[in-house]
Amino acid sequence: MIEAKNVSKWFDGQRVLYDISATFETGKTNLIIGQSGSGKTVFMKCLIGLLTPEEGIILYDGRKFRSMNTEEKRKLRTEIGMLFQGSALFDNETVLGNVMFPLKMFSKMSREEQLERAHFCIKRVGLTNADEKYPSEISGGMQKRVAIARAIALNPKYLFCDEPNSGLDPRTSILIDELLSDITHEYGITTIINTHDMNSVLGIGEHIVFINKGHCDWTGSDRNIFRSTNKDLNDFVFASKLFKEVKLFLEREYEAQKD
Amino acid sequence: MIVSSIASFGRYCLFLGQVFRLPDKGKVFFQRLVFEISKLGVDSIPLVIIISLFIGAVITIQMTINIVSPLIPSYSTGLATREILLLEFSSSMMCLILAGKVGSNIASEIGTMRVTEQIDALDIMGINSANFIVLPKIIGFVLFVPVLCVLSMFTGLVGGWFIAQFTSMLTVENYVFGIQSFFNEWYVWYGIIKTIVFAFIISTVAAYYGYYVKGGALEVGQASTRAVVSSSILILLADVILTKLLLQ
Repeated sequence: MIEAKNVSKWFDGQRVLYDISATFETGKTNLIIGQSGSGKTVFMKCLIGLLTPEEGIILYDGRKFRSMNTEEKRKLRTEIGMLFQGSALFDNETVLGNVMFPLKMFSKMSREEQLERAHFCIKRVGLTNADEKYPSEISGGMQKRVAIARAIALNPKYLFCDEPNSGLDPRTSILIDELLSDITHEYGITTIINTHDMNSVLGIGEHIVFINKGHCDWTGSDRNIFRSTNKDLNDFVFASKLFKEVKLFLEREYEAQKD
Repeated sequence: MIVSSIASFGRYCLFLGQVFRLPDKGKVFFQRLVFEISKLGVDSIPLVIIISLFIGAVITIQMTINIVSPLIPSYSTGLATREILLLEFSSSMMCLILAGKVGSNIASEIGTMRVTEQIDALDIMGINSANFIVLPKIIGFVLFVPVLCVLSMFTGLVGGWFIAQFTSMLTVENYVFGIQSFFNEWYVWYGIIKTIVFAFIISTVAAYYGYYVKGGALEVGQASTRAVVSSSILILLADVILTKLLLQ
């Protein structure tokens, strides 16, 4: 479980996060949603430790991140997997090289064991015949899969995903979402996904944190997001024509039930 | 201006502090070191050979044309060509050229890694990204650059020999006698020492600019240009200091 308590962040005197408190549970897909520029990526970077919040604390299973010494932080980092928006695969490594990289750096496995583990992870994300290809030779969806395989190579306890669906077609987006959800449940990982894709929210949003203008405005799940009375959340959720139609349909059903 | 320069220098020193640490995995470091020697050093050999060959030839022609006094011995052309190559061209000028090739390569590669979040990925894994990416480049280039320097000296002299051999401007005997006359072995060491310092400047300055890029492709290009300009200026400054220290 990861907890954020009263996290605030400033950039050049300008406040971008205001006392955000949120809990991200183990074995669940936790989503951070919000409009572009709402501060969700900054919040996620504070959670991972890429940015240091000026106020507030981050707890990893009760361990205070800021109080950890260098060795403890280093150990914690090996428990974290991260899927970046642009995949962040190493250009000069093949698919196999990318997945093997964390194993080479941190595990005490023999080369054969590393290969076996890397092949297992590549197979787990549904990639075939891509081992010797370079990131530039494979599609965006495949790159995301490789990045997921690399992220789970060391059996992480925490998995962070920054907009995993950006730049992907709807079908591939759903596949990536399903993959992340399956991995989360299969390995009991604390997964935190930063997204503004409503399909992801409805598909895998077991626990949702809505960030609006640097504030945590709402928390809940995909089941109660449509019933929220939060105006900003409603504006965000029903921004697309499709979801406006869904809202109208739900309202008509509700009225019909009342009658 | 002064404050920002001091701040940049401070950040550069802190960056070097981050770079010069023991690598996490010796085996991985060694693999990367070999790769960098090949990419930054061995791949520069054709450029060094071509430029040195032609500049050596040009220096010989210039010397032959300009040294026409009957008071100056005919072997002076070879001697002057050798001294120019050993003292300045194969170290300073060659490193200015390499600042363009290697410096921009390092800055743009690391800058691209930064903007595509590859450096963040390393940091999140708990790897000292500066040490992991930059140290093999610095050590690889510094180790290989003396080879390029000596190769440049040799090829430059061969370029001059071609002029003697295939034109009627001077005789091969005079040229060969000239390049052997009054030879001071220290000048070779002087050139090598200078290139090692210059290689350190090129690789560290370029890595510094690349590592701290913010933005996108445009900023990577700007960082690459700044890296080449800054390292060229620093090379010239270091050249003056080293010449004063080593030749006086």
